[in-house]
Amino acid sequence: MSATIRRVGAQTWFETLAVLRNGEQLLLTLLLPAIALVVLATTDLAPLPEPRVDAAVGSALAMAVASSFTSQAIAVAFDRRWGVLRMLATTPLGPQGLLAGKLGAVLVVVLVQTVVLGGLGLAVRWRPAGLGAAQVVAGAVLMVLGAGVFVAFAMLVGGTLRPEAVLAIANLLFVLMVLGGGLVLPLELLPAPLDAVMAYLPPGALGEALRTLLTEGLVDVVALGVLAAWAVAGAALATRAFRWDA
Amino acid sequence: MLPGKEGKPHRGRSHWVPGAARARSTLVHVPTDSPALLVEDLRKRYGDRDVVAGLSFSAARGELTAVLGPNGAGKTTTIECCEGLRRPDGGRIDVLGLDRSRADAAVELRHRVGVMLQEGGLPMAPRARAVLRHVARLHDRQEAAAQLLERLGLANVARTRVRHLSGGQRQRLALACAIVGEPELVFLDEPTAGLDPQARLAVWELVRALREAGTSIVLTTHLMTEAEDLADHVVVVDRGAVVAAGTPAELRGAPHVRVTVPAGTDTGGLAARLDAALASHPGLATTAEGAAVVVRGRDGADLDTAALAVVANALAASGHGAAEVALTRPTLEDAFLALTGRELRVDAA
Repeated sequence: MSATIRRVGAQTWFETLAVLRNGEQLLLTLLLPAIALVVLATTDLAPLPEPRVDAAVGSALAMAVASSFTSQAIAVAFDRRWGVLRMLATTPLGPQGLLAGKLGAVLVVVLVQTVVLGGLGLAVRWRPAGLGAAQVVAGAVLMVLGAGVFVAFAMLVGGTLRPEAVLAIANLLFVLMVLGGGLVLPLELLPAPLDAVMAYLPPGALGEALRTLLTEGLVDVVALGVLAAWAVAGAALATRAFRWDA
Repeated sequence: MLPGKEGKPHRGRSHWVPGAARARSTLVHVPTDSPALLVEDLRKRYGDRDVVAGLSFSAARGELTAVLGPNGAGKTTTIECCEGLRRPDGGRIDVLGLDRSRADAAVELRHRVGVMLQEGGLPMAPRARAVLRHVARLHDRQEAAAQLLERLGLANVARTRVRHLSGGQRQRLALACAIVGEPELVFLDEPTAGLDPQARLAVWELVRALREAGTSIVLTTHLMTEAEDLADHVVVVDRGAVVAAGTPAELRGAPHVRVTVPAGTDTGGLAARLDAALASHPGLATTAEGAAVVVRGRDGADLDTAALAVVANALAASGHGAAEVALTRPTLEDAFLALTGRELRVDAA
């Protein structure tokens, strides 16, 4: 294993532990999606497409992926204030290695979220019998693309604003995405033309696509394109605006 | 280049302190007589403000160079350009003989240069040991972490989260992170800022040990005592440029005899009479300096108590028995204030 890959691996591990050992981050990345999954699957508080439990798993996975926005924005904002990013950039890891490690950690956390939420889904009688290899691959692509979008915008917000402002904005946006962004609840609940607009925003595209995939086994190609476009735009904006120090 | 700094064994030794020259297959060949750091005509603007305006100095290998200046003089900007964290608008920086602006040099220097940022750069949530182990792993030196914690007096707080460490403990942990990779050159940006005297002494001791092991050190400070006690070479910076450089002794100037007379005395006349009275001592030169008369050794020679007695006798013989006479050893602070002026006295206070 080359030294560079070993260092990126070390950074991935360090950042993954930072998320999984932090109470607030765990609440955001695992506990809230888990609660959403159980509530959606076992009650009819919110209307969901049938089979209901399949849609609930899709909503919970979308919520888990979107939590990387709030989680990473806050982490980056405070790391900037304390100079952590600059310190690590002066080590052999370097700035590119640091970014790679961060992305790696997000993907590891998404994997952990998928395993935990999948297991929880099985416990509330989710039976993913209809899912073939194509659906699994499409789901992975959707979630990785979604994570890319949310991390890019996390870097944009966390890399430009003061930590206090980031705390407020990142948490507020998460609540808005969950409640009215199509992440957890279907867009059809929204009044027109809001539902159509939201379908072209990242949380709506990701939530709808994952629910469609899990309930009907169909890949929403438009949503894939929407997520890819937002990922490119977010990365370009973040690259231009990101500041290493606060 | 000082003798005895090269060719020491490194890998596998039980000694904790980073060494000077580390064998590396990736090392670009550079002449070993290049200084640890060479800064030439460095320029950096923020908006319409010239923060660094044509700053030049060099830091010799194996020495501790202090960049001393009042707050806002451009020290941190300069050092961050040298660390590769800021891109200069002009000028040249060579670090360990490598051109800092080259991408391949930047990669190489991350292995060979240690950095302690002014704000520490430590993540707050993890435990102290986890942070140092992680940085050690990034340098492929996992085994060094435990020993370094021990040596820096952090073993008893190894399991404490960084946010719960005291200021002194955090500074020592940041220092540990800067040196765990056994760098040849270490940049320390205000390493004792905000520390109480005990913690400051502890950090100074560590910095001295590092220097004695042959590591080149460049530190910024606004504390005269820090520069005076630690540095081999002091670079005084003000308004983004170097105003003086030399050893602390060179900057302080030689011990001299200072004659203080009651207010209103014509010091010019006194200086002339004293100079005449001292005519039989050609090694002494007398001048009036403000409200005092100063007797210095010619050619910068140090004066001692014998010279003090000669001056005292000459004063008594010329009817100035009431004058106060003292042998004065100027401090770096005197020199600093003379160099940077009264306006900055207010700033630095």
